[in-house]
Amino acid sequence: MAWTWFHRLGSPPFVYRLATRLTPWFAWPAAILIVAALYGGLVLAPPDYQQGQGFRIIYVHAPSAWMSLMVYVTMAAASAVGLIWRMKVAHAVAASCAPVGASFTLAALTTGMLWGRPMWGTYWEWDPRLTSELVLLFLYLGYLGLRASFDDVQRADRVSAVLAVVGVVNVPIIHYSVVWWNSLHQAPSVMKLGTPTIATAMLVPLLLMLAGFTLFFGAILMLRLRAEVLRRERGTNWIREALSS
Amino acid sequence: MNVSALELAPAGEAMSALGAARLVLARDLRLAFRKPEQVVQPLAFFAIVTTLFPLAITPELSRLREIAPGVLWVAALLASLLALEFLFRDDAHDGTLEQYALSGQSLTWLLFAKTTAHWILTGVPLALIAPLAGAALGAPSQTLPLIILPIAVGSLALSLIGAIGAALTLGVKRGGVLLSVLTLPLAVPTLIFGARATELAIRGMSFAAPLELLGAIAVLGLTLAPVAAATAVRISLE
Amino acid sequence: MLRGVTLAVRGGEVLQITGANGAGKTSLLRTLCGLMYPEEGHVSWRGHDVREDLPAFHEALVYIGHEPPLKADLTACENLRYWVGLRHRVAPQRVASTLESVGVPGLADRLVRTLSAGQRRRVALAALLLLAVPLWLLDEPTTNLDAEGQRLVTSLIEQQASTGGIVVAAVHHELSIGAHRLRRLELTTA
Repeated sequence: MAWTWFHRLGSPPFVYRLATRLTPWFAWPAAILIVAALYGGLVLAPPDYQQGQGFRIIYVHAPSAWMSLMVYVTMAAASAVGLIWRMKVAHAVAASCAPVGASFTLAALTTGMLWGRPMWGTYWEWDPRLTSELVLLFLYLGYLGLRASFDDVQRADRVSAVLAVVGVVNVPIIHYSVVWWNSLHQAPSVMKLGTPTIATAMLVPLLLMLAGFTLFFGAILMLRLRAEVLRRERGTNWIREALSS
Repeated sequence: MNVSALELAPAGEAMSALGAARLVLARDLRLAFRKPEQVVQPLAFFAIVTTLFPLAITPELSRLREIAPGVLWVAALLASLLALEFLFRDDAHDGTLEQYALSGQSLTWLLFAKTTAHWILTGVPLALIAPLAGAALGAPSQTLPLIILPIAVGSLALSLIGAIGAALTLGVKRGGVLLSVLTLPLAVPTLIFGARATELAIRGMSFAAPLELLGAIAVLGLTLAPVAAATAVRISLE
Repeated sequence: MLRGVTLAVRGGEVLQITGANGAGKTSLLRTLCGLMYPEEGHVSWRGHDVREDLPAFHEALVYIGHEPPLKADLTACENLRYWVGLRHRVAPQRVASTLESVGVPGLADRLVRTLSAGQRRRVALAALLLLAVPLWLLDEPTTNLDAEGQRLVTSLIEQQASTGGIVVAAVHHELSIGAHRLRRLELTTA
């Protein structure tokens, strides 16, 4: 039974229809959760005893960083499926993930810098997690650049799929090495962009925001996947039928 | 011409995977011997880049000594990137890579042999001249021989990581910059551990810990990189 | 992109593939090798899909593309020993005698960069003899050869077929092989 599902997922028309139907199921809960999380984080949660109001940016920073990683893993998993089972749709999923993941990474970096300014006095302090995020951004940019350099879609798919799989293996190694590097040169007064002592009132909005971001990613993925499938399958009969109905 | 007199029977016993790998290694070494620019150009680049830093910063040896490990490693990294152009480019152009894929031997093994040859021709010479650059940057003379080991191990890791990028960018016109963009983030751990090992070596302290971490990366690369590179090469031949 | 190609070749037969430039002769050959992957359909060798054991399939074939895969900075002998040597050891004396039989005696120790295009093509033909595999996939094997060289190619193909081997060759002109052996496939553009 699961195998038939898997085969159906390999069919572009099926995926196109599925993505169209699923989008509102992702989008509306995402909107609700994000609004609730914003209210909980900006209004309800008490100010941090150490950082005052400035810490509230964590409600956007931490989920963004988490998503940037999760999207990369999704991209790599889709790439692996596409490579092993030669599924074009899996490659379309990977292609749809990449710009979204890069955007999350940029958001994490920007919010991190905005957070750092009041805390450190400068926008950048080579904090280990921000540095890791920066390298992750380079990995995303490399992936997008590699995709763009092939005219043939199939070649672009398969080559960038190998890169995604290689990258996902490297991400933990890179992160560990950056943390190791930072610990060697730790100035004692530097405050890490770490989670402050978590009280429940702080934790709940954070988790809500994370769930909201995940659903938001789902919605965006569905939209991009539809566009990606349209682009790849243009000129085929089922597209003409689907668009004229 | 009496073609019918030609025997069509095979001449000798079948070649093992290891034998084929040795053959590929020997071939690459012999080719480099005939065209030494593959060896000389990256070394020259390394020497020039290390010269640029004192020119750009300061001639004071005491200050240079502080940044010497970083300079050596960045220069070695950039020189290795340059040298990666020689890994697959010629073989892809003249159809040799295609014949490797069609030889019935494991492409992974053959590419492993090619990457090893590449390291012998670029990484090892780089490691051997690094002490000279270190001396020019103020490293104390008794620590100079110690500089060789981290760069030798690290350049092996770089050859392996770079082989993946080189295989991925086969067929991309002027793919040199893209190769760098792909390889440099993956090379960050090698850079971090290698520079730290070199720094401790220059300071006369034990550098076993970062060297072991560097070795771990090289070992991981030895097992995984040729597989990834072979996959990418096969895709480029499709 | 190729569509609707179905073929079967038996031992002792020569398949001649013709078609205009861009019709897909090279793509077909590369798909038969297993280098390219058919989206639909399959390639079988001796009753089994080649994808089940590609290395074993590759051991049974040799593919020579448009350009002979020779390295300019190695001698003809070195090129052949490294090429054929991936499959089985080959002694230098045998290389020398094979080069003689394909009409380029004494070139064994000449660097390939000093050879003419026709001489390089003959060195590649020597590889066919040294490799001694049942299946030959040749892309325009008579390129750069004079009339005598083309007769050499024809006789090599005849020889391979008469010993039970198979030759698949993409050509521009008809091969002058005996009609009982020759099968034809013409690729047309839609």
